[in-house]
Amino acid sequence: MPEGCMEVREKDWDIVLQNVSMQFGEKKVLKEVSLHIERGEIFGLLGPSGAGKTTLIKILTGQAARTGGSACLWGRDCGQLGREAYRKIGMMLDNTGLYERLSCYDNLKLFAQIYGIPMEKAEDGLQAVGLWQDRKQTVGKLSKGMRGRLALVRAVMHEPQLLFLDEPTSGLDPATSVWIHKLIKKQQGQGTTVFLTTHNMEEAAKLCSHVALLSDGTIVEYGKPEEICRRHDRERQIRILLKDGERVLMRNESTQAEMLKDYMAHGMIETIHSLEPDLETVFLQLTGKEWK
Amino acid sequence: MEVSCGVSAEKGETEMGNAAAIFDKQRKEVVKNKEILIQFVMFPVLAFIMEHAVKVPGLPEHYFVRLFASMYIGMAPLTVMAAVISEEKEKNTLRVLMFSGVRPAEYLLGTGGCVWMICMAGAFALCLTGQYRGMAMAGFMAAMGMGILTAMMIGAVIGMISRNQMMATSIGVPVMLLFAFLPMLAQFNEKVKLVAAFTYSGQVGNLLAQTGSGMEVWKSMAVISANMAAAVFLFGMAYRKGWPG
Repeated sequence: MPEGCMEVREKDWDIVLQNVSMQFGEKKVLKEVSLHIERGEIFGLLGPSGAGKTTLIKILTGQAARTGGSACLWGRDCGQLGREAYRKIGMMLDNTGLYERLSCYDNLKLFAQIYGIPMEKAEDGLQAVGLWQDRKQTVGKLSKGMRGRLALVRAVMHEPQLLFLDEPTSGLDPATSVWIHKLIKKQQGQGTTVFLTTHNMEEAAKLCSHVALLSDGTIVEYGKPEEICRRHDRERQIRILLKDGERVLMRNESTQAEMLKDYMAHGMIETIHSLEPDLETVFLQLTGKEWK
Repeated sequence: MEVSCGVSAEKGETEMGNAAAIFDKQRKEVVKNKEILIQFVMFPVLAFIMEHAVKVPGLPEHYFVRLFASMYIGMAPLTVMAAVISEEKEKNTLRVLMFSGVRPAEYLLGTGGCVWMICMAGAFALCLTGQYRGMAMAGFMAAMGMGILTAMMIGAVIGMISRNQMMATSIGVPVMLLFAFLPMLAQFNEKVKLVAAFTYSGQVGNLLAQTGSGMEVWKSMAVISANMAAAVFLFGMAYRKGWPG
């Protein structure tokens, strides 16, 4: 872990948190959280409701004052971000913050003017998320999914270096989630670092290069999703589906090699899968709590 | 230890382009917001109807124009600014603007500029109803302009300290009633008149009554300026407490 904001300038890290704490009265919301997020990665902060995910985003974006530790963006204290820093950030908050009486087009036009970018970027965004036909529609008349897509276009149309997404697909239909996942991947392809909070483990495993599991304000696990799952694979089992329909469970050990070899030699295997736990099971193992 | 945070920590140049973009946004919003639009239209229309329909012998010249103009500056700019800011806070749009790099001064310039201009359009309609000409018209518009600006600052304070529109209404209505009705009630009660003399709306009422005559103009201007200074001071305090970030 880095020593402070200065050290980050020398590394490819966009975000560094060191022992960040947050307290509301007697209640500790974050307890000495330490993390670093590399440039260009999609990072997922996972945790059930009330774990402290949104609070951490608020600290990182300067919306809330931490009570301890250091939090840096691009080597600069998060509490001291200025206009130039904010113009390099895109944000999609849980509440989308759109002007409901204005059309989709006018909502984006306002921010295109503020960012000083041509409207073509907003128009491209509207087309990319399938809202071009509805561009003149008043936001108040849009569905939740359409608002979510519009908010994401607004967050990315100025090509930010860092994108904060707070539960971007929460409560949205699967089709809208796919639109949003595509756009997140596209942003990453353009070099944007994405900081994503979600309670959807599947989404995190699919999108993120690194994840941190947050429980009661503490990070209980950090790493690549597949590595975390492998690390907590106590059973080390594989499941084989044979061509005759029989399912075979065996431990992934050398003692089982002969049996596996035999199946393969006789062309009996239809499919073969390793059975690592998913992130939800890992969370349960680590905290003893059900994922809610 | 609490570590400071927020956009407001940064100082720098105000970008007129941002203020212009917010002005344009506000203009479009006002046109589509019937609750706000009616504030601008109601008093000029009432003044027009009453001025032409009610002819009472002995009533001072332009009585209804002055009456409704005083109410107009007590109500419209105050409630509209409070409603606009509190709605932006409630719907999280103000936060999004701030975190897009918009400075508070740019926001207030854009939003306030739009509200002021629309209010002035209403004032001009009142002026036409009163058939003011030349210096009388200039005096009427100047008095209205100052009153509207002061009322907007008070409305901005209410918007700033309110978490949502409901709270803004709860705080705004008594304040609005105080400023809007004091000038009218002052005509019937000497004690109320004494209190009204310390309010911007009361003094704007005085200025309108003396339009073109030049009597006690400086005294009225001093009271309006003091009201404005108090509103600016309160706004500064509310801003530190209630601005996102």
